[in-house]
Amino acid sequence: MNPSAETLQRQFGSAIRRVTESCDRTIVYVDGDRIREILAWLKDDPGEAYNYLVDITAVEYREAGLPIEVVYELFSLGRKVPLRVKVTLPKDQPLEVDSVVPLWAGADWLEREVYDMFGITFRGHPDLRRILMWETYAEGFPLRKDFPLRGRFSRSEQVRQALNAHPEAHYSLGELGIAESYHELPEDMRERLRRGERGQIAAPKGER
Amino acid sequence: MALKRTLDVALGTTTLDEQGRPRTVPLGIQGSGATALEDAPELGGEHMLLNIGPQHPATHGVLRLVVELDGEAVVRVVPHVGYLHSGFEKLGEYRHYNQIIPLTDRMDYLAPMANNVCLAMAVEKLMGLEITERCKVLRVIACEISRIISHLVWLGTTGIDIGAFTPFLWMFQEREKFYNLQEAWTGARLTTSMTRIGGLMADIPDGFEDDLRTILRSLLKVMAEVDRALTRNGIWAGRMQGIGALTGEEAINMSLSGAMLRASGVDYDVRKDRPYLDYETYDFEVPIGEHGDVYDRYLVRFEETLQAIRIFEQALDRLPDGPINVDDHRAILPPKHAAMTSMESMIHHFKQVMEGVQVPAGEAYFSIESPKGELGYYFVSDGTAKPVRWRVRPPTFINLSALPKMSEGHLLSDLIAINASVDIVMGEVDR
Repeated sequence: MNPSAETLQRQFGSAIRRVTESCDRTIVYVDGDRIREILAWLKDDPGEAYNYLVDITAVEYREAGLPIEVVYELFSLGRKVPLRVKVTLPKDQPLEVDSVVPLWAGADWLEREVYDMFGITFRGHPDLRRILMWETYAEGFPLRKDFPLRGRFSRSEQVRQALNAHPEAHYSLGELGIAESYHELPEDMRERLRRGERGQIAAPKGER
Repeated sequence: MALKRTLDVALGTTTLDEQGRPRTVPLGIQGSGATALEDAPELGGEHMLLNIGPQHPATHGVLRLVVELDGEAVVRVVPHVGYLHSGFEKLGEYRHYNQIIPLTDRMDYLAPMANNVCLAMAVEKLMGLEITERCKVLRVIACEISRIISHLVWLGTTGIDIGAFTPFLWMFQEREKFYNLQEAWTGARLTTSMTRIGGLMADIPDGFEDDLRTILRSLLKVMAEVDRALTRNGIWAGRMQGIGALTGEEAINMSLSGAMLRASGVDYDVRKDRPYLDYETYDFEVPIGEHGDVYDRYLVRFEETLQAIRIFEQALDRLPDGPINVDDHRAILPPKHAAMTSMESMIHHFKQVMEGVQVPAGEAYFSIESPKGELGYYFVSDGTAKPVRWRVRPPTFINLSALPKMSEGHLLSDLIAINASVDIVMGEVDR
């Protein structure tokens, strides 16, 4: 058992829900509302120094009643000790947890991937967009257990959507705003972009 | 082992000033008398949007970069990934553990054997299996073959990105020899699928060791030639030094791994820090850079290739005789003659084929030092033959996320060099 688990229980009390072990790796289940505070402490406390975020992912179990888990894999580069921290999110409540991007910039894409695949919202993430699936992907969250292996839409529906997508909608509104080429687009194209064909992105500033 | 530079080129590169405009840089070596145009005309200041990829040779696959440019200086980079997304993690949840192995080949297809080994070791950790001595050494050889192949391709393609065509031909010629070895061992050049839970698909063929030693000798010669042609080449160093530099702190903060992290001076190598396959008993050095720029990443990968040759020599010297598979009917099929003659073996054979390897409930994260960085497989099992969750910690996906930070403020041509230095393989980024 990793001694950090005991230190955490002393430091945070009831925010540490339980501690288990699997394959020699200590797993600490913590309160979802305090995850950022706890991870910040683990990162900055000189006795713990878990300064390297290895991975963020999520797990959904086959039993429908079990909550979804968000998994943080930590490693202390100085002490060479790993630790796994988990947050459980019951499915009957909104799937939300605080983002840890303020602690580790590397969490940016990892959290985006978890959002993309599981639909978990990371509060305070600077740019929470889909990353592996395209922005207008409408079938849901692929790694959820209720998502069928072949996808929700039939092949013909997928083809229909692909053919109906505007072939010029290569850029998001934010990107088009850079080059100010948004205003040179035809009216119907602008309308489609505004409706969110490329996802929900704030309208460009300085509309002429 | 800290790498020392023998050459430092002081070429000024464009950076942005406080107002976000590119600083003008005089052409030529600094101090040679060339002066900047003091009264250069103000060029509009309108930013341009440039789309690179997803079909572009310099993006090393189907990566798309939307670049905001001010003149030739990069102001912002927005990478778009996912064009090669195949849902491997989802597919894995519907397959037996041994059936997942072919999926791992197709992720980092420049280092398929390292991926195979990582998968087998993750499941073995979950089952508590101890593999045989011969299998351990053969897996080390497999991992290091992957490392060399991957670094050779990296060096070749990076050379092309920067404008050196010849190393590409040398590197691919050497890589072919390793592919021949891989083919002789596994029957496939690219999609090797060479491990099984508890062992290997096949033992090495006759003559493999001698062939490997011969190839290593020729590889050393080629690496010496590359060293002569590139390392102290002014153009090569000028295009790479001071480009895309990250400090060690930044690299840790971005969760980078592999050569990207070590070039920034952080001494983290999974082979040393969480040894597997008895790597702690091999005598090799982990090269560490100090500037964290593209040039140091080149030096680190170059030295890693040479260190892999050292590991090969030790592995070949110690390769013990004996079985390659564990003697455990939970994981490994019984030999054919036993399955045909003994009732018990026949039952094991039947259950293995029909039901797959039964893995106890639990979860395990196992990572290896793949050529690209820390490659980790995280399995959650509920005690059945198929995983509840199979997560891949993709090193290049995380390394690529540092691209915007590294390239902003540099020139567009530097963006290509920085992107090359990440050593991405889109099969793994997108999975």
